[in-house]
Amino acid sequence: MRNALGSVDTVLLLGGRSEIGLAIVARLVRDGARRVMLAARGGTVPDEELERLRRLGAEVHVVDFDASRPETHQDVIDTAAAKLGDLDVVIPAFGVLGGQAVYDRDPEAAARDVAVNFGGHVSAGLAAARRLREQGHGTLVVLSSVAGVRVRRANFVYGSAKAGLDGFAQGLGDALHGSGARVLIVRPGFVIGRMTEGMTPAPMAVGVDEVADAVIEALRSRARVVWVPARLRPAFAVMRLLPQAIWRRMPR
Amino acid sequence: MTLLTGWGRTAPTPATLARPRSADEVAALVKENTAGRGFLARGLGRAYGDAAQNAGGTVLDCTALRPSWTLDPEAGEVTASAGTSLHDLMTALVPRGWFVPVTPGTRYVTVGGAIAADVHGKNHHVDSSFAAHVRALTLVTADGSVRVLGPADDLFWATVGGMGLTGVIVEATFACVPIETSRMRVDVERTRDLDQTLDVMTATDDRYRYTVAWIDLMARGGRTGRSVLTRGDHATREDVRGVVRGDPLAFGPRQRLAAPPWVPDGLLNRATVGAFNAVWYGKAPTAKRGLIQGVTPFFHPLDAVAGWNRMYGSGGLVQYQFVVPFGAEDTLRRVVGTLSTRRVVSFLTVLKRFGAGTPGMLSFPMPGWTLALDIPAGVPGLAGLLRVFDDWVVEAGGRLYLAKDSRTSAASVAASYPRLEEWRAIRDAADPDGVFRSDLARRLRL
Ligand SMILES: Cc1cc2nc3c(=O)[nH]c(=O)nc-3n(C[C@H](O)[C@H](O)[C@H](O)COP(=O)(O)OP(=O)(O)OC[C@H]3O[C@@H](n4cnc5c(N)ncnc54)[C@H](O)[C@@H]3O)c2cc1C
Ligand SMILES: NC(=O)c1ccc[n+]([C@@H]2O[C@H](COP(=O)([O-])OP(=O)(O)OC[C@H]3O[C@@H](n4cnc5c(N)ncnc54)[C@H](OP(=O)(O)O)[C@@H]3O)[C@@H](O)[C@H]2O)c1
Repeated sequence: MRNALGSVDTVLLLGGRSEIGLAIVARLVRDGARRVMLAARGGTVPDEELERLRRLGAEVHVVDFDASRPETHQDVIDTAAAKLGDLDVVIPAFGVLGGQAVYDRDPEAAARDVAVNFGGHVSAGLAAARRLREQGHGTLVVLSSVAGVRVRRANFVYGSAKAGLDGFAQGLGDALHGSGARVLIVRPGFVIGRMTEGMTPAPMAVGVDEVADAVIEALRSRARVVWVPARLRPAFAVMRLLPQAIWRRMPR
Repeated sequence: MTLLTGWGRTAPTPATLARPRSADEVAALVKENTAGRGFLARGLGRAYGDAAQNAGGTVLDCTALRPSWTLDPEAGEVTASAGTSLHDLMTALVPRGWFVPVTPGTRYVTVGGAIAADVHGKNHHVDSSFAAHVRALTLVTADGSVRVLGPADDLFWATVGGMGLTGVIVEATFACVPIETSRMRVDVERTRDLDQTLDVMTATDDRYRYTVAWIDLMARGGRTGRSVLTRGDHATREDVRGVVRGDPLAFGPRQRLAAPPWVPDGLLNRATVGAFNAVWYGKAPTAKRGLIQGVTPFFHPLDAVAGWNRMYGSGGLVQYQFVVPFGAEDTLRRVVGTLSTRRVVSFLTVLKRFGAGTPGMLSFPMPGWTLALDIPAGVPGLAGLLRVFDDWVVEAGGRLYLAKDSRTSAASVAASYPRLEEWRAIRDAADPDGVFRSDLARRLRL
């Protein structure tokens, strides 16, 4: 249960090795969360990550989870609920970022990644939402991206999946309204980290810690949407208005 | 679904509300639906945190279990339905020359809530807590059976202080206190600092049936912990002769003011609370004896303003109440000192000496000092500060009051309620499938 000062007790991370996801979980544990489940492909998470969370005081469980197998998602949620009790925070943090050039050459790979980046979030998100609705409380943290706010030529496969995810999260948040359960939509810009390794940071790039801090703050204040950095919100208000002829030429 | 919170207005959760009017209706509800998110009794919602909430489940609004009570003047006992409020009881009993055995700082609590939290009042050092006066209670348990329990039953002592988790109390019989008048004879005294407060209370509390100290937390330095002590007894006819005209037992609680429905956030800040505290301390006489006061100003000053909790704005408030055993005065000094130097805003800070506890397994009071603070939930750094206090309190052998809590950890409760396991065993036997549940129980893994 979330307490009066915004601390929670249980956390489920889907995509259990995600750098951003683990940074959020570590903060929640530092804030008092005591039961954590990490759901990762193959059911393994590096020992040092497990140790880190345990040292902070959490009991940590690991379970196998594959975002590309929607038929298994309800089971994973049920397993987590059986182990943790009520799910206070659920964070689907899985995702893949392939290069647009690769997708252009390999449409099948593009569809596979979209199935993870969008389809996987739909099945896992709906399964989690059902549980949260039953509980009458809990927050689903959806890691969207500014890449989906206005899709760019430079990464439109990834961007369109995020656009779909963002729309899904908005609709789900409305559907849950009044149930006690909520959706928090996180819209980071370029995050310097494992997923973007080797890429040149875009303007207003942030680190993983900044994203995690912003998520914690948003959870505490019960915000509906958080942009990281916050300046991206006014920036995108403008970018949404740019004529297509200019937008098309955005180099990246 | 109805969104419910406690008195602190933090952490709202939705539940289906039912309003059973009798033990049979409670039993029928519990029996017909044992699946899902369970049931929980709720009284007037005066617990500060999530004790009377059950997210996604059913909450039984017990205020419909009323208004019925009978007085047996021979035995000095009252039998009341659990939904009866202490306000209604007192309105009826006081003119007949009887007083409730224990009243909390508000009389807008139900008999069920008073027993489920085993509430204490200003007379704890003399009369212990509510459960000490309960002769019998009727409980609807998870299987839908209606059981009459007394102090010889283990389930009785698991139910008093058991925060609604053993079943639904539908009726109780308890001893009352005979009174000659509806007034209090009160001594008021100011102290310089915390040490003097503790000394005076230790030396002379036993001369009074009711005592409490209000601490001015805004005072710092050498004046840290300066207090106003208010101590008194039920006034006799002799005491009020010439002071009170007419029936000395007349009791007509005055019309209550209402707090405005909307209040700007941040109204209670360091400046306003500081000013209030200074005025309160300043207007108290250095020492005044034999004041004659009514029940409301003496026992329930906050009841004069309905819905005062809204003054804390949308963020709500956190009440922090702990007890530490006698001998752990240093812990008390550290907490008060830290609050003063950190300039934490606390509107009303109350210190009280507890006497003997009851055998209630989860009852809060134990011999020692109890301190209660009201803090706006939005105060920066509050979570960390209170976690530190939790550790100090537990280390000193003390504990937190579940009826007030909204933010402590399962670990600190487990470490500070030595009879928790025993309580769990009895609760599990009475409710093997976990029919009775609350947000508090989930949060603290009770
Ligand atoms: C201004 C103020 C001052 C206070 N001062 C004091 C004080 O001096 N001393 C003190 O001890 N407390 C004090 N309290 C706390 C209050 O007395 C307790 O929280 C009390 O339990 C509230 O009763 P309620 O009827 O409002 O119950 P609720 O708040 O509705 O419920 C409290 C608990 O009782 C259970 N419960 C309620 N009815 C039943 C029932 N019929 N059967 C089984 N379980 C039931 C609920 O499940 C819940 O766990 C104060 C509260 C306020 C707001
Ligand atoms: N980094 C950014 O710039 C950025 C910006 C905005 C939004 N985001 C979003 O934030 C989320 C977290 O990203 P991150 O930065 O933490 O990246 P990350 O460290 O690469 O984490 C992504 C995780 O997803 C997992 N994953 C991929 N496919 C999966 C599948 N089929 N089943 C299960 N797990 C799968 C990966 O597992 P493996 O460990 O097995 O590879 C990886 O642990 C993603 O949704 C991402 O799109 C990131």
